[in-house]
Amino acid sequence: MLEAIIERGNYWIIIILMMTGLYITFASTNLIKRLVGLSVFQTSVFLFYITLGKVAGGTAPVLIGDDLKKDYGDEHSAVDAVRTVAGDGAGEATLYNVYSNPLPHVLILTAIVVGVATLAVGLAIIVRIRESYGTIENDELRDIDIEVALAEYESDLVPEAAQ
Amino acid sequence: MIESLVTYLAPEWAIQHAAPLVIALPMIVATLLVFIPSGRIAWFLTIAATLGSFLLAGVLLALVQADGETRELLRLAGVETNLIAPGLVSYALGGWEPPAGIEFRVDALNALILCLVALVGFLASIFSWHTLQAELRKEKHNLFYAAYLMCFCGLLGVAITGDAFNLFVFLEISSISTYVLVALGASRDRRALPAAFHYLIMGTIGATFYVIGVGFLFAATGTLNLAEYTVMLPELTDNRAVQAGFAFIVIGLGLKAAMWPLHQWLPNAYAYAPSFVTTFLAATATKVALYALIRYLFTIFSPDFTFEAASIGYLIMPLAIAAMVVCSFQAVFQTDVRRTLAYSSVAQVGYMLLGVSLATAAGLSAGLFHLMNHALMKAGLFMAAAGIVLAHQGTRLNDFEGLGRSAPWTMTAFAICGLSLIGVPLTAGFQSKLALMSAVLEQGWWWAVAIILFSSVLAVIYMGRILEAVFFRAPSNPRKVRNEAPLTILVPLWIFAIANIWIGIDASFPARLAGDAALAVMGGGGVR
Amino acid sequence: MSHETLILAALGLPLLIAAGIALTGKVPNLREAVTIGGAIVLFGIVILLVQAVAAGDRPSLDLWTVLDPPGSLTEGRGGLALAFELEPLGALFAVVASGLWIVNSFYSIGYMRGNRERNQTRFYMCFAIAIFGALGVAMAGNLFTLFVFYEILTLSTYPLVAHKGDAAAARGARIYLMTLLGTSIGFFLFAVVWTYMLAGGSLDFVQGGLLANAEGLTPTIAGALLMLFAFGIGKAALMPFHFWLPNAMVAPTPVSALLHAVAVVKAGVFTVLKVSVFIFGEDLLNATPSREFILGVACFTIIVASLIALTKDNLKARLAYSTIAQLAYVTAGAMLADAAGFMGGALQIAAHASGKITLFMCAGAIYVATGLTNISDMRGLGRRMPIVFIAFFVASLSIIGIPPLAGDWPKYELMQGAADAGLDYVPIVLIVSSLLNVAYLLPISLLALMPPPDTPEPAPFKRVGGAPALTVAAPAFTAFLCLVLFFFVGPMSDFLTPSLGDRPDLSANLTSGDAP
Repeated sequence: MLEAIIERGNYWIIIILMMTGLYITFASTNLIKRLVGLSVFQTSVFLFYITLGKVAGGTAPVLIGDDLKKDYGDEHSAVDAVRTVAGDGAGEATLYNVYSNPLPHVLILTAIVVGVATLAVGLAIIVRIRESYGTIENDELRDIDIEVALAEYESDLVPEAAQ
Repeated sequence: MIESLVTYLAPEWAIQHAAPLVIALPMIVATLLVFIPSGRIAWFLTIAATLGSFLLAGVLLALVQADGETRELLRLAGVETNLIAPGLVSYALGGWEPPAGIEFRVDALNALILCLVALVGFLASIFSWHTLQAELRKEKHNLFYAAYLMCFCGLLGVAITGDAFNLFVFLEISSISTYVLVALGASRDRRALPAAFHYLIMGTIGATFYVIGVGFLFAATGTLNLAEYTVMLPELTDNRAVQAGFAFIVIGLGLKAAMWPLHQWLPNAYAYAPSFVTTFLAATATKVALYALIRYLFTIFSPDFTFEAASIGYLIMPLAIAAMVVCSFQAVFQTDVRRTLAYSSVAQVGYMLLGVSLATAAGLSAGLFHLMNHALMKAGLFMAAAGIVLAHQGTRLNDFEGLGRSAPWTMTAFAICGLSLIGVPLTAGFQSKLALMSAVLEQGWWWAVAIILFSSVLAVIYMGRILEAVFFRAPSNPRKVRNEAPLTILVPLWIFAIANIWIGIDASFPARLAGDAALAVMGGGGVR
Repeated sequence: MSHETLILAALGLPLLIAAGIALTGKVPNLREAVTIGGAIVLFGIVILLVQAVAAGDRPSLDLWTVLDPPGSLTEGRGGLALAFELEPLGALFAVVASGLWIVNSFYSIGYMRGNRERNQTRFYMCFAIAIFGALGVAMAGNLFTLFVFYEILTLSTYPLVAHKGDAAAARGARIYLMTLLGTSIGFFLFAVVWTYMLAGGSLDFVQGGLLANAEGLTPTIAGALLMLFAFGIGKAALMPFHFWLPNAMVAPTPVSALLHAVAVVKAGVFTVLKVSVFIFGEDLLNATPSREFILGVACFTIIVASLIALTKDNLKARLAYSTIAQLAYVTAGAMLADAAGFMGGALQIAAHASGKITLFMCAGAIYVATGLTNISDMRGLGRRMPIVFIAFFVASLSIIGIPPLAGDWPKYELMQGAADAGLDYVPIVLIVSSLLNVAYLLPISLLALMPPPDTPEPAPFKRVGGAPALTVAAPAFTAFLCLVLFFFVGPMSDFLTPSLGDRPDLSANLTSGDAP
């Protein structure tokens, strides 16, 4: 039992991070904190992918040792071979060493870029919010907006009363 | 008719490389635009890029719709079409063969979505000029168009790609540029900023959920290629990872598609974004996410899987119905026209999801048909509303009063699209609701018909309020300047209005496209 | 001309007239000439069509398929098509609508100019489009086409009801639109789609009933379907969906006259008849459990609406409730589900149209001349406006059903139908209704023509010269029509028989002078 839990340590961490992130995103009123929560949430997903790519006993997916000397002829086949090994293990393994699956790493590289871009846009928007509202607390923003909306609503009512 | 596009009109390179060019063209132009200081040139380039994408999407549609004769003609002419089966275009990006490489895969379903998005994108970019003049500082115009083209390219990318992770990347390309675009509404109304921020939070959560789901599928199958999933998943239906992945993907895409109750980001984002952005997004963004959802529900997973059947029957269908009723009610109580329309959008997504949740070819084709029609009518409605924003900076109900007299052309088109939204006979909305009802009745769900009709009656109320203010009420503030929208708005607006009537009078062409798309997804192949 | 061309002309002409009105809007005289000329030509076309129908032909025109809804049950069965076919019942309605349009156009000119109404171009345009809708309903070859034109009629008359543009008009028009669109989308459309599925992908009007041999049609479903039709066709003003009619009376009187005594409400009851005869058919209708319930609702409507009419002092409101009661006659006739009942309903369409349009036109003439709307103010007014009140009197008698006026025949046929069906309470309802008609209609004209001795002299005319000549001539003409129609009942029933089925001979009764 304990072993089963500890063996999946990575996943526990991922889950804890994910829930922490989501909680901060929803519960906090400060917009910056919400972005932080979002980033934590995204990071947990990055970890999830990296964990998926780990092959037991595998080394970094860079050709080393015997594999390096081998001539694979076609430029793509090495990658194909790595994919076969890492993917499901059922394909024929022509490599001497066992490698971790590089695909999730690459994917997460992209996802990190996406995450950074999102963060940048989010922070930029927060700067603009601070400029035009003077606050970055969500509840204060809502109060201001409600006031504006009520004023608008009243100005809607006035001409009708005049008719 | 559409076959002539590939047999006569399109050059060979366009036919061969249509799939990547559809995406690459706006992407490259978007990069260029950053360095072009003139807003007007940026506008022309944007129109050119979207038009190019639209024509290429038309080529793709023609390819997947090509009958045996046309295919033979193309084969004899020695044109490389990338048709791996009748009605299925597969393009290996960079020469890396799938499943290892990224594949662009086009069948009757996504060809339809591509065409729709590109058409709306093209017409919207024509109309953008005057609204931008009014709503945005001059020196930002080229950057705005760059962001718009990225968004456009991202949406097309979601529709065209055959790779699960690539889909995520395109989804985020479109989303991030959308956040920027929505936030630009701040120069007119600062509430755009919190709206954009909330959209960003929700959108990112949705996309991340989707990535988690893809991760589970990847863990179970070891591939990211959607076509591979179709082959491998039927044997893995008992796999917990697959089931969890399914749940994450449905929620993630449902959030992007504004599936009730995950639609909270939508009304504010639509109401405060620059009017041009609203027009474009309302007609495309949720539609593309819905496409992705359909793709996952029907080709990758299948309604035959027990867990999917359960979630369609007990989750998606009730949510669809809730959206139709609740959001129509909410639309009734809005004082801002664009918010009314935004809530109505969520309700209309409910119609589409109801069609989807029937899990029959008829239901799916009715849902897709409504998706098309809804894009056409909402684009028209928001465009007309944009004309009003131009005239006097507001879209509240009393800004619309008496406009029928001072801007008859704009408002007639608005009325046509509005009637179409209600589902009055001889308009597009009527046709798709009729198709939906007949598909629903085929299952014997008469109560669902009653709900559809009830929701339509609510649409009568919320559109009726607006139309009454437009045509039968005197302007509450007669001193405000009112005039007709400029020609660059009127022309695309009337194209949408006429499309609504045309589909209302003769729906055979779009209904056939939707039917083919449904067949392609449901495994009928979509080949005639 | 071939029949196709004629139908196309009958449909296209009102639209052309509407376009012509829009183009000539700047020159009122020319605009009115377009209306009148067009209306006369249209009537001529309809008469040509009627001759063809009388000769036993069924002029028909298939336009195109609008939609082939997906689904295994119905796909490929032809889909929903816009198709037209004229049979005797529709021909009758077409004649009534297009014929009375001419009279009403003359009247409108007098009324609108006399009252100096605004937006007259929009008014005449919408009127022409409404006639387009009414003719489309009359000539529809299937239920789908009928539904489409039914909605066109609703939408095109909305601006007419809201014509005045003040708060009361806006409110009335909103209720009008909401009720009619709400019921038609909520119930009628539901029934249409359901029928489409039950009939396996067809909505054609079939002699003897489209659903007569439908599979899977249990009595429960048939009952539900009939309820959806009866209440979904809001224009038939069956209680509790009648309240749009009194509210729609905010419209200018010509609108009330033609649309709410002829085109709109008659389109409603015409649809009820058409559905009863051609969708359900006599046999199925008799086997449908909810038929008697709807018959009961119709009888209830007849009595209650008449009672409410008694309490109304506003002339147009009283006429509106009278219309509700009279419309329920047609629904009742349809629900009797035998040949005589159908015939009674059909004759009521023509008889009530000529009678009620007269009453409304008289009300309008009084309003133009004096600005009066309340019955209690009209005592003694008959001395000043004798022709108007005599026409009113004649039309009242016709509505009550006194021979030799047109309104007599429908009541006779309905009683005959009720007797055939063995429903004893229906004749009693009809008799009570006639008595109530006497009570709420006759005093108006009698008190105006023969005021009690101590009545003060009525107020002088608000408009110099009294009612315009056109607004007096038109009701006089239609009152005369009530008389003429009485003697034309033989040809009319012969004309209708092919659609509605054989029934005891009427002309025999007429010659023997055996009035009911």
